[in-house]
Amino acid sequence: MAVCVAVIAKENYPLYIRSAPTENELKFHYMVHTSLDVVDEKISAMGKALVDQRELYLGLLYPTEDYKVYGYVTNSKVKFVMVVDSSNTALRDNEIRSMFRKLHNSYTDVMCNPFYNPGDRIQSRAFDNMVTSMMIQVC
Amino acid sequence: MDAPEEPLPPVIYTMENKPIVTCAGDQNLFTSIYPTLSQQLPREPMEWRRSYGRAPKMIHLESNFVQFKEELLPKEGNKALLTFPFLHIYWTECCDTEVYKATVKDDLTKWQNVLKAHSSVDWLIVVVENDAKKKNKTNILPRTSIVDKIRNDFCNKQSDRCVVLSDPLKDSSRTQESWNAFLTKLRTLLLMSFTKNLGKFEDDMRTLREKRTEPGWSFCEYFMVQEELAFVFEMLQQFEDALVQYDELDALFSQYVVNFGAGDGANWLTFFCQPVKSWNGLILRKPIDMEKRELIQRQEATLLDLRSYLFSRQCTLLLFLQRPWEVAQRALELLHNCVQELKLLEVSVPPGALDCWVFLSCLEVLQRIEGCCDRAQIDSNIAHTVGLWSYATEKLKSLGYLCGLVSEKGPNSEDLNRTVDLLAGLGAERPETANTAQSPYKKLKEALSSVEAFEKHYLELSHATIEMYTSIGRVRSAKFVGKDLAEFYMRKKSPQKAEIYLQGALKNYLSEGWALPITHTRKQLAECQKHLGQIENYLQTSSLLASDCHLTEEERKHFCQEILTFAGQPSDSPGHKIVLPMHSFAQLRDLHFDPSNAVVHVGGVLSVKITVCSQMPVPVHVEQIAVNVHFSIEKNSYRKTAEWLTKHKTSNGIINFPTETSSFPASQNSLPALELYEMFERSPSDNSLNTTGIICRNVHMLLRRQESSSSLETPSGVALEEGAHMLRCSNVTLEPGPNTITFRTQAREPGTYTLRQLCASVGPVCFVLPHIYPVVQYDVYSQEPQLHVEPLADSLLAGIPQKVKFTVTTGHYTIKNGDSLQLSNVEAMLILCQAENRAVIYSNTREQSSNASLRIQSSDKVTSISLPVVPAYHMIEFELEVLSSPSAPAPRGESDLLGTPEPHWKHKDKQKTGPCMVTTDHKVSIDCPWSIYSTVIALTFSVPFRTTHSLLSSGTRKYVQVCIQNLSELDFQLSDSDLVDTGDGTNLQLMPLNTQPQQRIYSKQSVFFVWELKWTQEPPPSLHCRFSVGFSPASEERLSISLKPYTYEFRVENFFTLYNVKAEILPPAGTEYCRTGSLCSLEVSITRLSDLLEVDKDDALTESEDYFSTKLMYEVVDNSSNWAVCGKSCGVISMPVAAQATHRVHMEVMPLFAGYLPLPDVRLFKYLPHHSAHSSQLDADSWIENDSLSVDKHGDDQLDSSSVKSRGSSHSAASSEHKGLPMPRLQALPAGQVFNSSSGMQVLVIPSQDDHVLEVSVT
Repeated sequence: MAVCVAVIAKENYPLYIRSAPTENELKFHYMVHTSLDVVDEKISAMGKALVDQRELYLGLLYPTEDYKVYGYVTNSKVKFVMVVDSSNTALRDNEIRSMFRKLHNSYTDVMCNPFYNPGDRIQSRAFDNMVTSMMIQVC
Repeated sequence: MDAPEEPLPPVIYTMENKPIVTCAGDQNLFTSIYPTLSQQLPREPMEWRRSYGRAPKMIHLESNFVQFKEELLPKEGNKALLTFPFLHIYWTECCDTEVYKATVKDDLTKWQNVLKAHSSVDWLIVVVENDAKKKNKTNILPRTSIVDKIRNDFCNKQSDRCVVLSDPLKDSSRTQESWNAFLTKLRTLLLMSFTKNLGKFEDDMRTLREKRTEPGWSFCEYFMVQEELAFVFEMLQQFEDALVQYDELDALFSQYVVNFGAGDGANWLTFFCQPVKSWNGLILRKPIDMEKRELIQRQEATLLDLRSYLFSRQCTLLLFLQRPWEVAQRALELLHNCVQELKLLEVSVPPGALDCWVFLSCLEVLQRIEGCCDRAQIDSNIAHTVGLWSYATEKLKSLGYLCGLVSEKGPNSEDLNRTVDLLAGLGAERPETANTAQSPYKKLKEALSSVEAFEKHYLELSHATIEMYTSIGRVRSAKFVGKDLAEFYMRKKSPQKAEIYLQGALKNYLSEGWALPITHTRKQLAECQKHLGQIENYLQTSSLLASDCHLTEEERKHFCQEILTFAGQPSDSPGHKIVLPMHSFAQLRDLHFDPSNAVVHVGGVLSVKITVCSQMPVPVHVEQIAVNVHFSIEKNSYRKTAEWLTKHKTSNGIINFPTETSSFPASQNSLPALELYEMFERSPSDNSLNTTGIICRNVHMLLRRQESSSSLETPSGVALEEGAHMLRCSNVTLEPGPNTITFRTQAREPGTYTLRQLCASVGPVCFVLPHIYPVVQYDVYSQEPQLHVEPLADSLLAGIPQKVKFTVTTGHYTIKNGDSLQLSNVEAMLILCQAENRAVIYSNTREQSSNASLRIQSSDKVTSISLPVVPAYHMIEFELEVLSSPSAPAPRGESDLLGTPEPHWKHKDKQKTGPCMVTTDHKVSIDCPWSIYSTVIALTFSVPFRTTHSLLSSGTRKYVQVCIQNLSELDFQLSDSDLVDTGDGTNLQLMPLNTQPQQRIYSKQSVFFVWELKWTQEPPPSLHCRFSVGFSPASEERLSISLKPYTYEFRVENFFTLYNVKAEILPPAGTEYCRTGSLCSLEVSITRLSDLLEVDKDDALTESEDYFSTKLMYEVVDNSSNWAVCGKSCGVISMPVAAQATHRVHMEVMPLFAGYLPLPDVRLFKYLPHHSAHSSQLDADSWIENDSLSVDKHGDDQLDSSSVKSRGSSHSAASSEHKGLPMPRLQALPAGQVFNSSSGMQVLVIPSQDDHVLEVSVT
């Protein structure tokens, strides 16, 4: 489904970034990094809205010719960015949302690990497997 | 009938479209009314209730009134709605029945029939009444009649289909009323017609849509049908509804494409898959692009045509709705979508064609939006349009690359052919933009025409995009576009322009820690710097790249080789060094000092072992690795002795350096870990806790400005420090990974050395670690030679051999052959020379040790210890046995002299710990070879014994008892106890009563010795004795040397018995035993045992004629309250000084208890008159009642009185001095002079019969 999944720290450095093995990794790094502009924009716009009703899902950040970039931000301002192939029209908003939720849950598990130092790169195998499962579903 | 003035307008699809209303009947009449009607109709809105639950809308109706023609009526199956006449009106002015019957009725019937034939039910008959006309006609019918007739004839059941308009051209209230009624009716009917016809149309349309799965269904046909509906809504100004129609069409088409992609293809769709031949972009300047519409209608449209047309319509409607920003957003979506759809449908597109189309479309959309918004609006909505700008830039770039406009040489023939093909696909410029100078078409054509023009346009677009991104804070996007621009500049061989963009992007990536973009950008930057000839920067970037694990081995080797190649080149300016930061080249991992405490003496060798992790992919030969050392002498550094430093340093000597991980952003990795410490603040007065907390020691590191750390890439921050002190290591080959390098240095000047910089030089290239953190220091000290002497045990015991440890710390002094310690001998302390003395020699760190023999030579005054040859900064340790004379010392007064024992009691804790050992300090002066001054060392010895003596009497026989108390922890063997009289009285004999020659004295226990004193002639008044006993530690074997005995000297005075006191209690006369409560008689007899002796000569002695007498006072005291003394208990007697002179005293005492009672004490004092002249007048009783009498009573201490005297103090003498009053004085007789022969005797007292309690009070 996803061709690239990234977890980005509050300070905007990547905690985890993985792209589909067939693709050019660098391109996605650039893409995810650039998408942070829109994430920042959306977060600051949301800051004005009521905090209670805050929606973690940021929706489509921006489309490109070939990919759609979606965003999600946790309450601790950790961002999830997911890049999806544009040609994959089967993916609707709801699917993206549920994927983000799954990602968030898995990320929470990582954070619960007492040996994980918040702010470090995520090296959890469980998290990795979950991301893999998200990527494989396409093929 | 006249030709209609209003000509039938051609159906043009513009906004001027209005619902068509046909007019039949009197055309002249209508013409006259038309201006008012067309003006009045839209004036008031009308509520339009709609089917399917759609919200009702207020609507301003307008109509296009046309002359009725049968052709206007739609034929069966004609779906056109725009040309559909929604209402048919018949106008008549007829007021004459005849006329009506003759013409109007027929006309009406005909009209009605036509309508019926086309099943049109939306009609209205308007009868215009004109008062003026009425007046002219004489045979006028009642006005109602015509209307009634018409109603009757045509409007069966629908009487409202016929309305009357009265005097429409007059200005009267009636006219107004009539108009209002008419207009309301007209509007109502129009809306009714809309609802009905549109409803029907929609139903038909839906039916048609449902057939879409059937073969032969055509999207284009359906498109035309639904668009018709959209047109009508647009005509009714219901743009929202119109947009919905297009959006539905859009979604339907998209769905088909998606399904097609999923393999579910519709036949009609294959038509859209024809190869793209034209890519002239969107056309948004016309409300309706008829060209494209016709193509669709003819089913000849390509996918791009259809999409373009659809979007142009949506754009038009959105602009009507004042939503230009949605246009921009939808445009971007559309463009992306089209590209995707073409891909999905596998439509063959010539290379670059889509880029052209997208580029043109983007600009078209942007220009269209700019055309309808003012500058301020555009500026505040950049966020919506910047995507299009960026997309256009991107597309122009790829076109440029495609057409060879970016390469340095310009396009080749192949490129030119491609360009020509692309331009051909654009077709001719559309007439509506032909006059616009900046039309997208012209721009593209120009941009593709030449390299220069392309550059101009591309730069213009890029700069505009970057500027826009920057202005809305999308810095990352701006940097990304900037990177493209840099790439362009690099292609154009203008690296100087590219650099700034690359640096900017790199800084951004670095600050946010994106490893792959960093690597990639750095690679580009390296190329750029290489072209620019920025050698230092290039080398630095190369070193960073060579150590970058995100690059392939090959690439890393390449960049590493670049550095090595440069380093290998002969430098054109010798001595010029290129300083690069070290962290990319190698990282310092840990540092290890040897000696591990990093303290070394002057001249000592210090080795520093560092582990450096080379980041290079290949082994690198480094000519020199140097550590720059900062030397400082602290003010109090002379205090830093070896011991101090050893205590204050970490013991293992390994310092670890935090590993830098370049993957994290600079802001992250540069922050050191928090160094937190507990903090306690106590009040200075009572040491109570005032405050406690946690302090962070490295706040200055954590809270410094973030910006300062971003200078990671600029080499200017690294400065090579040149210092006098360097640790160097030459010709090292650093293998990839960890390498160990050892520096050796010989310490020279004492002080603190701080390791500041690490520098590795490869040719002219220096890799410098500007600051070594945490701070690493080593200390060099210089030490004076020192001698320490200390006892091996807790305390030294006098009398037996004791071991003393000598420690010589050589410091900077080297002990040469023949150097010796000269100890001045002390009489009381012997230095025992053993056959073989061994010394242990340690290095200063106590690591190595060796043995050496020690030669000790003793002469009378000096003991010389020749030291072994030892280098500087070593320690020599050896032990010596010393022996201090055990005896308790004799007279004072000479203690200040050197070497004289100093006995003193430790009074401090005498009370607590009981008896304490007497200590003796021996001061030894030692001459050391390194100093002209002598070292004086005091050794304190403790005498293990405490000795007391006492005099015991039995009548006139005398005994001396000596008690030895062992205060030490050791057991001793005592032997050869002896007591000698040191006085001149040779007539004295001391008879030992001790049986055992040897005795063991255990720790903390005592042993008593007794001698009987015998004399042949008159005994001397005082006796000087010396007690001596040999002793040796009980545990030890035979000692090699003979030990001196322990001696104790004392003096016994007045030991000869002068008086014998005998007390006796006799029961009352006639009874056998004493009874409690009954008076008994106490008989005391005091007997003088000797004639006048030397000791009697004192104040109390009175001489009368031929004999002497002395005054004595007796006192009967019963301390245990057994007896009550009745009457006088004391008295003064005059005792003749002659042998066997006896004085008897009789007293009455009463026993208070029954049992064997000891006798009351009888004490005897010497009664000394204050002056012999007054003594006779004094009555003893008179002063006895006086409490201020000075009585020198010794009480229980009587036994000790002789020992007190032996210490040289005389109480009697002292008391006689300070009492100035003329009073008699009492002086206790020394214990030896009085013998109480009845002491220890007891009297049996039996209880009285009546056993009553007797109360006795004694004053």
